[in-house]
Amino acid sequence: MSFVLRMAWRDSRASRRRLLLFSLSIVLGVAALVAIGSFGANLRRAIDGQAKALLGADLAVQSRSALTPEARAFLDGLGGERSEEVVFASMVVFPSAGGQTRLVTLRALEGAYPFYGEFLTEPLDAAGRLSRGEAVAVVEETLLSQFGVKVGDPIRLGQGTFTIVGALRSIPGESAAVALLSPRVFIARSRLAETGLLGPGSLVRYRTYFRFAPEVNVEALVTELRGRFSELRLGFDTVEERRRELGNGVRNVDAFLSLVGFVALFLGAIGVASSIHVYVRQKLATVAVLRCLGASAWRSFAVYLVQGLGLGLFGAVLGAALGVAVQLALPALVGKLLPFAVEFSVDWPAVTRGIALGLGICLLFTLLPLLAVRRVSPLRAIRSSFADDPDRPDPLRWAVYLAIVAAVAGFAWLQAPRWVVAVGFVVALLVGFGVLAGLARVVAWLARRVVPRGAPYVLRQGVANLHRPNNRTVLLLLALGLGTFLIVTLALTRATLLAQIEGSGGGDRPNLVFFDVQDDQIGPLEDTLREAGVPLQSRAPIVTMRVSRLKGRPVEDLLREGQSTIPAWTLRREYRSSYRAALADTERLIAGEWVPRVAPDAAVVPVSLERGIARDLQLGLGDTLEFNVQGVTVEARVASLREVEWRRLEPNFFLVFPEGVLEGAPKFFVAATRAANPAESARLQQAVVARIPNASAIDLTLVLQTIDGIVAKIQWVVQFMALFTVATGVIVLAGAVLSGRYQRLRETVLLRTLGASHGQLVRIQLVEYFILGALAAAVGCGLAIVGGQLLAHFVFEAPPVVPPVTLVSAFAAVIGLTLLTGLLANRGVASHPPLEVLRQET
Amino acid sequence: MLKVERLTKTYGSLGGPLTVLRDVSFSLAPGASLAIVGPSGSGKTTLLGLCAGLDRPTSGRVELAGEEIGAMTEDDRARMRNDHVGFVFQNFQLIPTLTALENVLVPLELRAARGGGTSALRGAEEAAVALLERVGLGARGGHYPVQLSGGEQQRVALARAFINAPKILFCDEPTGNLDGETAAAMTELIFEVNRERGATLVLVTHDLELARRCRRILRLRGGVVVLDEGEGAGEAVRAAGGASA
Repeated sequence: MSFVLRMAWRDSRASRRRLLLFSLSIVLGVAALVAIGSFGANLRRAIDGQAKALLGADLAVQSRSALTPEARAFLDGLGGERSEEVVFASMVVFPSAGGQTRLVTLRALEGAYPFYGEFLTEPLDAAGRLSRGEAVAVVEETLLSQFGVKVGDPIRLGQGTFTIVGALRSIPGESAAVALLSPRVFIARSRLAETGLLGPGSLVRYRTYFRFAPEVNVEALVTELRGRFSELRLGFDTVEERRRELGNGVRNVDAFLSLVGFVALFLGAIGVASSIHVYVRQKLATVAVLRCLGASAWRSFAVYLVQGLGLGLFGAVLGAALGVAVQLALPALVGKLLPFAVEFSVDWPAVTRGIALGLGICLLFTLLPLLAVRRVSPLRAIRSSFADDPDRPDPLRWAVYLAIVAAVAGFAWLQAPRWVVAVGFVVALLVGFGVLAGLARVVAWLARRVVPRGAPYVLRQGVANLHRPNNRTVLLLLALGLGTFLIVTLALTRATLLAQIEGSGGGDRPNLVFFDVQDDQIGPLEDTLREAGVPLQSRAPIVTMRVSRLKGRPVEDLLREGQSTIPAWTLRREYRSSYRAALADTERLIAGEWVPRVAPDAAVVPVSLERGIARDLQLGLGDTLEFNVQGVTVEARVASLREVEWRRLEPNFFLVFPEGVLEGAPKFFVAATRAANPAESARLQQAVVARIPNASAIDLTLVLQTIDGIVAKIQWVVQFMALFTVATGVIVLAGAVLSGRYQRLRETVLLRTLGASHGQLVRIQLVEYFILGALAAAVGCGLAIVGGQLLAHFVFEAPPVVPPVTLVSAFAAVIGLTLLTGLLANRGVASHPPLEVLRQET
Repeated sequence: MLKVERLTKTYGSLGGPLTVLRDVSFSLAPGASLAIVGPSGSGKTTLLGLCAGLDRPTSGRVELAGEEIGAMTEDDRARMRNDHVGFVFQNFQLIPTLTALENVLVPLELRAARGGGTSALRGAEEAAVALLERVGLGARGGHYPVQLSGGEQQRVALARAFINAPKILFCDEPTGNLDGETAAAMTELIFEVNRERGATLVLVTHDLELARRCRRILRLRGGVVVLDEGEGAGEAVRAAGGASA
């Protein structure tokens, strides 16, 4: 064993426990990275392993309108085994639950889909009864419990009545989270007509699933026929494509969570650096002696570098072990969100990567204080007052700073899906830490100046601890503030999102919308609502149409070329447009001229486009476009552009025509009203569905519940990751307190010797940690408010919401946590026998 | 063994440059002993540090064991200290995390690590034990500094100073932190062991009794030599062609 190793081992004798404690700072960061990395690898493996079951077929083709004879002939030509499905939103009525209603996704299925994977129901034979064409339904499991209905009960869909034969457990390629958005109800396609739900203008998707013989190369097939699919306005999905999409999704989530985990590691590494700084200060005399005895600067440095390495390795390995354990717990956390089953096993490359990263980052950060060891003068051994400054400017230190930035950038570069995200992450991390550190310095500066001389001694001493030499104010505020910032930002963002949706139905605004109301049903709908004492607030006629030409060029050409940068969906989609004479109060004219009405024989109709769709279609004022309105060609030009507040629960449209043109076209209506409370909403829905079975209703409460459910799940996962940072902050705090414990012990003993009571000593600590906790909470909450405002403004485009209860809870929690950690880490200090310490001094 | 010529050390300070040592010259033959005395702040420790290669002079030169150390890199000076120099400090300066025996072994382990290979360590432990026995601490090798009294710690430091068979031993107030009786015993031990090992001795002290045990005394005041008496006094001054008190 070389001198360096031997000396490092011996020298660590008295401080091994302390060093191991320092290393705990990086444990959670490494654990997070290992857990996420391993989890991501498992997901990717599952995606590869179950590729075909991800789609349930070799090829899925989707059309937004009933298949034309031409399209049908094309699909017939593809061969293989087929299964068809019609999908649309509808209301389901539960007669056995008092006639309660619920908006669902109705799926009328025919054939043997899924060809791969299992259509899992409870009881198991339900899917089979469906495919035999019985008048039965398989209903989303959550719906059954929500409405208290069971297998054997009836449900009504439009005019048809079906018996529930099973609860839907899972279907290939779809996550249980789908049920959050819209619960699914399956019936046999042959029974669809009985419902009478498919009226003109219903927003229906027609899907055809294919199973081909194993020798058919589906990828080659769709590549060859890509143009044809586009011409026929058919979308398609292959196993490969689904795998790519899911893979990208996993990669994005993986990247996001890894970056959150990395913040914990980064914070932990700063904690390690800070503890090592204190540790090295205590070792300067030993270093000076070693130098006197002939150790070179680098050899002395190497002794402590080895200790740093050992500490990093211990932390990284422990973190990896914890990460593996956490990863085993992840299925319970996110399993329901996944569209496929995942078998979880330890992914060793991810473990190795986590350890290497943890060790590397930890090492870089420990180098910062350790570099000072090189510059310890041997003179220190003979002159205790020797005033060399091992921290004086050191070019190598800048090299280490650069290496840290490079390591962070490299990690972000590898993880982030786009370079903009990587750069954003690095900048945000450095600016965030910089701002926190800067604020902490201001706090320390203020602490020196603001406490009045006449303040009680306990208060003055507690505050003085914030700015005395070797204070840990910056580190502690960084550790606690960052965690507070992350968690509070999440909470504020959630509040902003929910408030935005709630606000969209506030005041007198509509909160209940009926759609798919046919032309001849709008009168009865108005009557029904009037009878219920709730007048209709707004109604909008809807005419479906497709774009056939853009600026004179046929859409088929644009689709076929595949070179157009116009998104295909904007060209393929069926536009549900309206006509009216005035702007709605959810709209604002931003360019051009609003034309209220035109003569029925106008050659070119001036239309208004929503700003976003105009941008996607690359259309400006005066540009021409041609519509196919259910067989009739309508020439139009862009007369105005509108900004639309989509979030409001009122009918909004990409395209609005003036009055005078579309009145004669087949149309249906969207109508909105306002229910005073959820009970009234349910009553109205039941009344309307009883009279107009094909009408669907969506109410704001449902939207709120849905969005809240999704946001809560995402927030839970992100919060879980953010907790790693918070817990790291607490460990760093504990480490900082413990590393300064000896110094604290000497001060406390002196105070005791001079007559301070135990109570006074504890109160001094309480003041110090209370102030630190309060400041960390203030800084963290302050940054979170700024972050929340930025997110609200730039990402969610919503007015930011800052619920006082969130801030107050954060304050109380952070202060409590700080006090608890500080007092626990310092326990015993105030009751230590003074003589024991004073003797060590001599 | 040690040749010092016109040694000057100036520190930059807020109040302007501060010269703590000015034009000091002397030389010592192998086996000689020198006490540097003077009041606090007279430059004694600075002179010792410069002679031992712990610091660089502002001007002048120091030749130790035939090598000019002013021109050496810091690492070369470390090697020189490891090869030829032994130290005894006022505060003992034992490494608190090492046992007495391990403390004594450190210089040899450093030498081995520098390239001496394991051969440098052969017999090292026996030698260290022997030295500990020589200073009367044969049974205390496994104890940590905190478990030893001041006098015992200083004896361990003495054993450590001799483990690498130094050509020159520098002692900085070796009895400064010891009570009278322990100090007297320590003084005896330093001179006895030094005599046995034949090293040149340079010691800084306030203690005139101790100083008189050396064959030559250099008195400093305000950074200049005000008295140089005893065996070999004035030789270096004459050789350097300078004048000193």
